[in-house]
Amino acid sequence: MATKGVVKGIVSNLVTIEADGPVLQNEICFIRTGGDRLMSEVIKVIGKNTYVQVYESTRGLKVGAEVEFAGHMLEVTLGPGMLSRNYDGLQNDLDKMEGVFLKRGDYTFPLDEKKLWDFKPVAGEGDTVTAGSWLGEVDENAQPHKIMVPFTFAGKYTVKKLAPAGQYTVENRIATLTDASGNDIDVNMMQKWPVRRAVTAYTAKPRPFKLLETGVRIIDTANPIVEGGTGFIPGPFGTGKTVLQHAISKQAEADIVIVAACGERANEVVEIFAEFPHLIDPHTGRKLMERTIIVANTSNMPVAAREASVYTAMTIAEYYRSMGLKVLLMADSTSRWAQALREMSNRLEELPGPDAFPMDLSAIISNFYGRAGYVELSNGTTGSITFIGTVSPAGGNLKEPVTENTKKVARCFFALEQDRADKKRYPAVNPIDSYSKYLEYPEFAEYISKRISPDWISTVNELKTRMQRGKEIAEQINILGDDGVPISYHITFWKSELIDFVILQQDAFDETDAVTPVERQKYMVDLIMRICRTDFEFPAFADVMDYFKKMINVCKQMNYSVFRSDDFARFEKELEDMVKEKAV
Amino acid sequence: MAKAFQKIYTQISQITKATCMLKAAGIGYDELATVDGALAQVVKINGDEVTLQVFRGTEGIRTNAEVVFLGKAPALKVGPQLAGRFFNAFGAPIDGGPVPEGEEREIGGPSVNPVRRKQPSELIATGMAGIDLNNTLVTGQKIPFFADPDQPFNQVMATVALRAETDKIILGGMGLANDDYLFFKNVFSNAGSLDRIISFVNTTEDPPVERLLIPDMALTAAEYFAVDRHEKVLVLLTDMSSYADALSIVSNRMDQIPSKDSMPGSLYSDLAKIYEKAVQFPDGGSITIIAVTTLSGGDITHAVPDNTGYITEGQLFLRRDTDIGKVIVDPFRSLSRLKQLVIGKKTREDHPQVMNAAVRLFSDAANAKTKLENGFDLSNYDERALAFAKDYSNNLLAIDVNINTTGMLDEAWTLFAKHFKPEEVNIRQELVAKYWREDETVLDH
Repeated sequence: MATKGVVKGIVSNLVTIEADGPVLQNEICFIRTGGDRLMSEVIKVIGKNTYVQVYESTRGLKVGAEVEFAGHMLEVTLGPGMLSRNYDGLQNDLDKMEGVFLKRGDYTFPLDEKKLWDFKPVAGEGDTVTAGSWLGEVDENAQPHKIMVPFTFAGKYTVKKLAPAGQYTVENRIATLTDASGNDIDVNMMQKWPVRRAVTAYTAKPRPFKLLETGVRIIDTANPIVEGGTGFIPGPFGTGKTVLQHAISKQAEADIVIVAACGERANEVVEIFAEFPHLIDPHTGRKLMERTIIVANTSNMPVAAREASVYTAMTIAEYYRSMGLKVLLMADSTSRWAQALREMSNRLEELPGPDAFPMDLSAIISNFYGRAGYVELSNGTTGSITFIGTVSPAGGNLKEPVTENTKKVARCFFALEQDRADKKRYPAVNPIDSYSKYLEYPEFAEYISKRISPDWISTVNELKTRMQRGKEIAEQINILGDDGVPISYHITFWKSELIDFVILQQDAFDETDAVTPVERQKYMVDLIMRICRTDFEFPAFADVMDYFKKMINVCKQMNYSVFRSDDFARFEKELEDMVKEKAV
Repeated sequence: MAKAFQKIYTQISQITKATCMLKAAGIGYDELATVDGALAQVVKINGDEVTLQVFRGTEGIRTNAEVVFLGKAPALKVGPQLAGRFFNAFGAPIDGGPVPEGEEREIGGPSVNPVRRKQPSELIATGMAGIDLNNTLVTGQKIPFFADPDQPFNQVMATVALRAETDKIILGGMGLANDDYLFFKNVFSNAGSLDRIISFVNTTEDPPVERLLIPDMALTAAEYFAVDRHEKVLVLLTDMSSYADALSIVSNRMDQIPSKDSMPGSLYSDLAKIYEKAVQFPDGGSITIIAVTTLSGGDITHAVPDNTGYITEGQLFLRRDTDIGKVIVDPFRSLSRLKQLVIGKKTREDHPQVMNAAVRLFSDAANAKTKLENGFDLSNYDERALAFAKDYSNNLLAIDVNINTTGMLDEAWTLFAKHFKPEEVNIRQELVAKYWREDETVLDH
């Protein structure tokens, strides 16, 4: 019999319940008030008192209200038909909700129960299978969507019966499995999974090594992220976090993109709703929306559900990864998630850690980032979740708990900087502070030497050293004055400016410049580095600036031209003539 | 106030600065009550012990005070007759008029489903080029003035409100000085616009905690006009820093652990709940929020402006330009994140390029000024940039400017031609060919 309870106390969305039976930590329960059922989650049990966080407003709730415990933790429903959908943080389908306002206690089914899917079996009767094994597949927005043995199935099973190819709804039985004790269990096309647990239906989680192309040069070239890698973007407001994040989610070479809008502006989500259905995925030519899932828990939606939303998004990502797909998960912003943790910790009257965040913030963040990764599946194929989170540091100060704890776990750091944003150097990613640990991975070095060129990593390192040297010289010039340093210093400085303007800066609003494929990035990097390695001679320091400014202008015209077009060739010729003119 | 069947409690067991506690049954969370007539709200229920936050404070509350629970959360009666009226934080008239009739709605209601929103795309003209040209406002946007207390933000806001083509203007005044309240009242009556204005006002003379109700009151009224009547509503909230101060007072009195700058840990969510009420609906109704966040010494890293900046769609800065002796909208620090949705689309094609070129040239002038101050010689270009900056500031950026957007663009081209050569403005060739006002070039270079 399911456990029941009654409400004993209420402070904002923290409710104390006295339960009449066993309860589970993180169990879901529903509190009845008026005609509504308020979904809640157990977060603490002390003696008879069970403390729950309510995912909705508790206005009007009274002591004595009845509570039903669901017997399970917060779950998502996984199955075909999630792509292109807009969910809230608890996986309610927002489009199915009636009315302009989100009605309290309105929960909608995340899949389409009626839709018929073209099922094709891929396993055979008599096969031995385990959790995550592929039984069959359906076509979801032109992607093969695998129907798997539910992740909750422990041990080995034998496929007793498998449905023949044909049309089925998500609720129809498609297989009967026999467990080790000889019990038969029916399986349909959907399954449930508790979001706070990682899906581990894979055989190995090796170090990731394959470049995940984003078309953003300061990432792909200078600070590459890999399939199954992790990265984060901290930045004060107004430094272009959203633009960069949207660029990555539009352009990345991923099969599935999940955008978790966690505690951010509703109009930014509306922008995705408005634009993605019309934009084309540069890699497949299909509509971007077809590969995208949005989990929207904007800043005005209930705080507890905001905290849950990142887990909901991660679990959906894990589900698609188990199909052998490349998933990109973007969470904007993980600071809002941490703030949701802080609000609840505060209400629970826990002893606070730094900046009043909960003491276990660091563990929570690292566990979450740990769920991303590149995995080998039992059938020998691979899948990945690349996770990029944004961080909104209070006052733009990177020495705050969320940024610092994220820095410990994320392998790529894309540091957005106010100063660069003020100078309109976009994307405002600081080229010196930012890093990608993957550049140090031998696995990555081996892969990239085949994919791009054997000397690529050394070229990238040279590029970074030149940026560093340019910065040092700029500081010296600031102190000593333009004529206080040798002309050669000016040349070295302007070479770093050339790299900055042509390679690192990119116009997200120009159709051509916004997306640069890796082949083109290599071409331009080689070209610019050749110029950087050329010796020049100038009579006076003022000439250096004029010369390089002109050169930057020509290179930018190349960036704005279609790769290898006539215009591109013309500007390249112009550039070569310029180089010859001053080279020694 | 008590009705015959309502239970009256008379045993208060605990009184603190802001709250009092008593034993009561069947009480709903968030419910209103009166304590010897003073309005209070349920903030905590623990078994049969109910904690009430008394809005005006607990000074003079007796342990045997009469407590009556009203059985409902704070609410506002909405209807067309709200127009032209002035109310306090509880929604009671302060203009001597009758209590308006209408459907009672709880304030601080649910959020709009994001999929029911429309992407904002309609420009709000204010006549000020510092806004319309450089930081164009769009219906459904939320944007604050970040201003020091000595700046004329209330005047600018009142001007913007009166010039904007909206159906309703709703003023939410929090901790408003009485003089400023009278200023708004006078400006609105003198403009003959009182019938489209609704005000909810908490002045510095009222208890600070009461002002926590102001934004929700104002936005509940706004939602009525925007959702039920499909009207374009502009909500003015001044000053959100006073609102945040009240939040910190309450959180302190409730023994919550403060986070940055003594503000409650929930500051971001508290502010977002208000600002996110800004919305554009597909049927034409909209809520636009223009707010004021006063800064202390221009510090935007303080928790209030910092959290606000992450929530709002840009911010506007005012600055006194000593060269022309007028207040201007600072083109460098101000930003409207939604301008991209309208400039060059709802306005003339040259808008984005002209805007960028003018700001770039203005920044060249700022560099020239630094050079001058450091005792260096100015080039001919520097001189011209400085002259341009003066004209640009005076004819466009100053807050006393009132022209339409096309006029602003024409004026910018006139100033370009007056001070620069076409190749110096860095604007796309086709646009220069089409709009360069050669005949008006008065300077020979």
